[in-house]
Amino acid sequence: MSIRHGLLALLERGPMHGYQLRAAFEASVGGTWALNIGQVYTTLSRLERDDFVRPRPEGEGGQRPYEITESGRAELSRWFSTPLERTDRPRDELAIKLALAMTTPGVDVTAVVQSQRTAGVRALQEYTRLKTRPSDQDDLSWRLVLDSLIFQCEAEIRWLDHCETTILRHRPGPVAPAGAPVEERERNRR
Amino acid sequence: MSSVLELRDVHRTHGRGPTAVHALRGVTLRVRPGELVAIMGPSGSGKSTLLNLAGGLDGPSQGEVLVEGRSLDDLSLRELAAVRRRTVGYVFQDFNLLPSLTAAENVALPLELDGVSVRRARRAALGALSEVGVTDLAGRFPDEMSGGQQQRVAIARALVGERRLVLADEPTGALDSGTGEAVLRVLRERVDAGAAGLLVTHEARHAGWADRVIFLRDGVVVDSSGPLDSVDDLLEHRS
Repeated sequence: MSIRHGLLALLERGPMHGYQLRAAFEASVGGTWALNIGQVYTTLSRLERDDFVRPRPEGEGGQRPYEITESGRAELSRWFSTPLERTDRPRDELAIKLALAMTTPGVDVTAVVQSQRTAGVRALQEYTRLKTRPSDQDDLSWRLVLDSLIFQCEAEIRWLDHCETTILRHRPGPVAPAGAPVEERERNRR
Repeated sequence: MSSVLELRDVHRTHGRGPTAVHALRGVTLRVRPGELVAIMGPSGSGKSTLLNLAGGLDGPSQGEVLVEGRSLDDLSLRELAAVRRRTVGYVFQDFNLLPSLTAAENVALPLELDGVSVRRARRAALGALSEVGVTDLAGRFPDEMSGGQQQRVAIARALVGERRLVLADEPTGALDSGTGEAVLRVLRERVDAGAAGLLVTHEARHAGWADRVIFLRDGVVVDSSGPLDSVDDLLEHRS
């Protein structure tokens, strides 16, 4: 998700200045994504450049609120109606790490898998604890964000389980000495 | 705080000689009042063996299992049966409620088998049903209840009376995810109210409800998530 579209969605509720936008953004994602105020103002100036928002007169506190424009609304609507492409998401560092662990000498892949699994379960414990906090029971959007984190975590752990099973099933036999016939080396590799 | 359940270097071997299966190999574990511990691991990792040992349904080949500070090994068969009736409660994947008894009768049954009068047992059963939020189901038979309702009744039965240790074997396995979560919430509440819980599950999401998650592989604890026993020991020795 881009901060651009997040801010546009918030401005659709009504005009807001930078600090209000930051607070509203963090409230809607339940503090899972902290923004600094510099990011908010940089994004606002780009949105203004693209004619998606426009500034309004300064308020009493000297803060300048922004409002969404018609083309900003059209952009927001396009964003909501277009599914995210999987290729738009950042590369999966964990998949790359495991692939490298498989081919790097001296690395215990199952230990890498287990430490990641433990970290995943620890995160799940934390999310579940947050979910059961009485103060968070009625905040539906926050609960959905938490559920999303729980589902992602669960998917990662299931994938790790799958990796471990696959690795154990295909674990090679003892490596044949360098001088052994190629056939034997190939056989051991399987 | 003293443990409700403690396993000390427990081994369990099925069979002998070259065909022997080492189901557990040196497991040490403590579960305290108010603590829910989840056991995760693939099939054949020793999860069910561990649960059976914890409930006194099976004995270790080596090591010790203590329930409320008493080694199960030192108990006569009669005493062991009494521990299973009075201290330990089970929750199974398929609920295991008796179909010809109402919810209240199912919950009262373990007390009645233990010699408690029908009236007192019924009163305790209604209290236990109320604690899991299903007082209104007291007069219903299992086939008149949904899976989630039956599992709540099973949790009430597991913790009725003085029982303080609940052993749950995949308790949400037969339920959809929303109902499963509601059941875990009830289990969590009962543990928070002072019981000790051991939960076997293969679902990471469900293990998330536990204070501590133990990972078993080939009968060995390979990792754990949450406070470690060694840390608890340190704290215990400080106090």
